[in-house]
Amino acid sequence: MIWNSQDETMPREELRKLQGKRLKNIVFNAYERIEFYRNKMDNIGVKPSDIESIEDIVKLPFLTKDELREVYPYGLLAVDKKDIVEIHTSSGTTGKPVVDAYTQRDIDLWSEVMARTLSMGGTSRNDIVHNAFGYGLFTGGLGVHYGARKIGAVVLPISGGNTKRQLSVMKDFGSSVLACTPSYSLYVAEAAKEEGIDMASLPLKAGFFGAEPWSDNMRAEIEEKLNLKAIDIYGLTEIIGPGVASECEFQNMLHIYEDHFFAEIVDPVTGEQLSEGKEGELVLTTLTKEGTPMIRYRTRDVTYLSTEKCECGRSLVRMHRLLGRTDDMLIVRGVNIFPSQVEQVLLRVDGIEPHYEILVDRMAQLDYLEVRVEMNDSLFSDEIKYVEKKEKEIEHELKEELLISSKVKLVEPRGIGRSEGKAKRIIDKRKI
Amino acid sequence: MKVQQISVFLENKAGRLAKVARVLKESGINIRALTVADTSDFGILRMIVSQPDRAFEVLRTAGFTVKQNPIIAAEIFDKEGLFFEIMDLCDKNDLNIEYTYSFVEQSSNRAILFLRFDNTDRAIEIFKENGYKLLSNEEIRKI
Repeated sequence: MIWNSQDETMPREELRKLQGKRLKNIVFNAYERIEFYRNKMDNIGVKPSDIESIEDIVKLPFLTKDELREVYPYGLLAVDKKDIVEIHTSSGTTGKPVVDAYTQRDIDLWSEVMARTLSMGGTSRNDIVHNAFGYGLFTGGLGVHYGARKIGAVVLPISGGNTKRQLSVMKDFGSSVLACTPSYSLYVAEAAKEEGIDMASLPLKAGFFGAEPWSDNMRAEIEEKLNLKAIDIYGLTEIIGPGVASECEFQNMLHIYEDHFFAEIVDPVTGEQLSEGKEGELVLTTLTKEGTPMIRYRTRDVTYLSTEKCECGRSLVRMHRLLGRTDDMLIVRGVNIFPSQVEQVLLRVDGIEPHYEILVDRMAQLDYLEVRVEMNDSLFSDEIKYVEKKEKEIEHELKEELLISSKVKLVEPRGIGRSEGKAKRIIDKRKI
Repeated sequence: MKVQQISVFLENKAGRLAKVARVLKESGINIRALTVADTSDFGILRMIVSQPDRAFEVLRTAGFTVKQNPIIAAEIFDKEGLFFEIMDLCDKNDLNIEYTYSFVEQSSNRAILFLRFDNTDRAIEIFKENGYKLLSNEEIRKI
């Protein structure tokens, strides 16, 4: 089902023209209204008038997450604060959070792209959308909410957690569409089994899953256990939240709504734009967003693009499911984690340069995070209770920093492997 | 009078105690008494050895996390109710025992009770006031 067939099936040539026009416009606005962009462009001697078509995008400087932090919270506003109607932020796990400030038109845009997304899995106004993404500053909950409202479906804004209640609501109200993280969907299926509920007896037909990495194997498992069609969705707070790209019913790569979000693949080292089909870092530009326009934002997500025609009839470019990251970020239970955060916590508790490693596994369908720390003089005592207290203290501090709980395990000195003197920090055993 | 106890951090996995024992054996250090406290994840081996300073060095060099702590070693004789007497003494004087273990000599009816207190100095005073003999590192070495 295509929500907006005019825009989603537009001939590519026409689409390029539209993108060029929109790019020109957004660059002009950003230059006029945002000092940060003006300075960046002036520094390399680019003027808005240098942008004539979408191909000219390579003349523009990149935007990085670190830069976004420097201008936190309002440094990227292109409109008056009075025109902002809603603000969302990332969890801010690596420092200051990233801000997305929406005007009413941005909310309308978000509703539009999420309506397109939900339509890809066949959601219509006859459906009941069970939205188990978290509501709050996190974009997942409200993104799906706006899309479902736009379509005219019923939304059950249940948010995350309390799985038994999720199941009874699903059963009682007849949820037909599910939205949550892929691992949570399996957790729900597991809980249903324990409760004696047959998922096949529920009217669920489609599920929209995102915010954490998953695989085709996991999709097969979800589809079998929940008896629905599992659709991969992609988005990020910086750009709009969910609604940047989604799979269609053919589940063969994700269509990017490139009439609003222009996608490039660049070499993560040289920044050079790569040709279609080459794997590299995804760079996104918001072509129509008013509140906080993002120009050539480096997502650090690795993928490749294809403009080959999709069976669904959409002309939109497709990106492969994420292939990795250009940094050492881990996504655990939908939360972004960097080893440097763990290091800071250990330094704080421990007072010395810690040796540690991070182990991620999936147990009972949920991500399990273990931080192994080498024992040292400041953590050790002849008394169990002291060592256990230290262990708890690290666990507590990690929870504060990472926003998810982990198990701390103390190991003997040199218990953590080192290669060329440098410890390998991450062991990801999840079979996803 | 205090004696030095050596404690060693052990991960809960096979062969760790054997490694400690080998290091001590190769350095000619004798173990007088030992106890292991453990949780599901790790253990702490506590030992009274013939040469605590040397044991500390060799274990540390072998890569273990090691600590030395002063504890008391009270000499007791195989007499009915003596353990109760000592516990009662501690209780009445509000001495908080963190842990205790003991060692029985084969050739005599003497035993040595090792006690770890949160306030070691006060415990020593009270034991002495009550006529208990406390052993020194040197005396442990000679056993």
